[in-house]
Amino acid sequence: MTTTQSAVLSIARTQVLENGEGLSEQQVLDVLRLPDSELDELLALAHEVRMRWCGPEVEVEGIISLKTGGCPEDCHFCSQSGLFESPVRSAWLDVPMLVEAAKQTAKTGATEFCIVAAVRGPDARLMSQVAAGIAAIKDEVDINIACSLGMLTPEQVTELAAMGVHRYNHNLETARSHFPNVVTTHTWEERWETLRLVREAGMEVCCGGIVGMGETLEQRAEFAAQLASLTPDEVPLNFLNPRPGTPFGDLEPMPGPDALRTVAAFRLAMPRTVLRFAGGREITLGDLGARQGLLGGINAVIVGNYLTTLGRPAESDIDLLGELEMPLKALNDTL
Amino acid sequence: MTLFCDRCGRPAADPGHERCARGRELEPPRYCPECARRMVVQVTPVGWVARCSRHGELTGS
Repeated sequence: MTTTQSAVLSIARTQVLENGEGLSEQQVLDVLRLPDSELDELLALAHEVRMRWCGPEVEVEGIISLKTGGCPEDCHFCSQSGLFESPVRSAWLDVPMLVEAAKQTAKTGATEFCIVAAVRGPDARLMSQVAAGIAAIKDEVDINIACSLGMLTPEQVTELAAMGVHRYNHNLETARSHFPNVVTTHTWEERWETLRLVREAGMEVCCGGIVGMGETLEQRAEFAAQLASLTPDEVPLNFLNPRPGTPFGDLEPMPGPDALRTVAAFRLAMPRTVLRFAGGREITLGDLGARQGLLGGINAVIVGNYLTTLGRPAESDIDLLGELEMPLKALNDTL
Repeated sequence: MTLFCDRCGRPAADPGHERCARGRELEPPRYCPECARRMVVQVTPVGWVARCSRHGELTGS
């Protein structure tokens, strides 16, 4: 450990906790290189930063796959690509089932419901299904609706905003320098362009990615800095869950301490953002992970199941929030 | 009747399904346990439905 690394926590206390200014790329790298012996101190600081700049509330979200599988893209982590020998078959969800899923989500206390489709970008059929689904949900369920439908045209951004989509998710997935090792069918810059359009249309920007995809610590720090420069409203942080049949299917899940260091480092890079625990936390961190993350910089969770894999029961996370005296964010509050 | 592993689709009697069993703790089934056809699976926030074109529907949470 260098002197710079050991000093970074002290610097962060002033720079991030007191002044609200996120860590730089080099400083994030210093955090990611901290030894396990300093992990508890790091997590405690990240928690203080989250409490100071975001408050105690936790934003709870449920997600649903509207169109599963058969995607033409080759994201190497994804079991929904039609280019790999994955066991995931194509499926479409009908509107009544979509509404039912929104109701199930709202019952958990969640305020966010994200509709996801495995596509490069939406075609007319998908946009029509999304429009019908959102209208039906708004008729019956009091919940904020987000979408994640891949890359958008300016016209589609306008349409989604008009439908009442308040937040759009489009992950950069990884550092710009690592992206070509993860996806070859489109570019990091194309994703950035969609994010620019989303912001321009007045929708909230949700943008994160997956760690543990073979990136170096330097690239993980680069990714944090690139996300920070985007100033997203929300950053979903996933940990690779190696899926059978995908090019990353044989990678080992990330060690728990590395995952927690990443959570804290991302919080220190983005003190004010909604930092959401997303997929892979169960296999990376186990049951204790939810608690450690929530006490280490996380202030939002996806509850229940994911798109093609299962999560912890929603009530486990909700009970934990009660135990930690972290109130659920109320509908229409802003963190 | 479980003739096939519902995670990898190979005969259930074959050895080496320990990893499948661990994986299935956080995954829905993907193959029909009766005929090994790939099933159409829909995961929802609180459960899952898996359909085999020959043997019908399985559900879980």
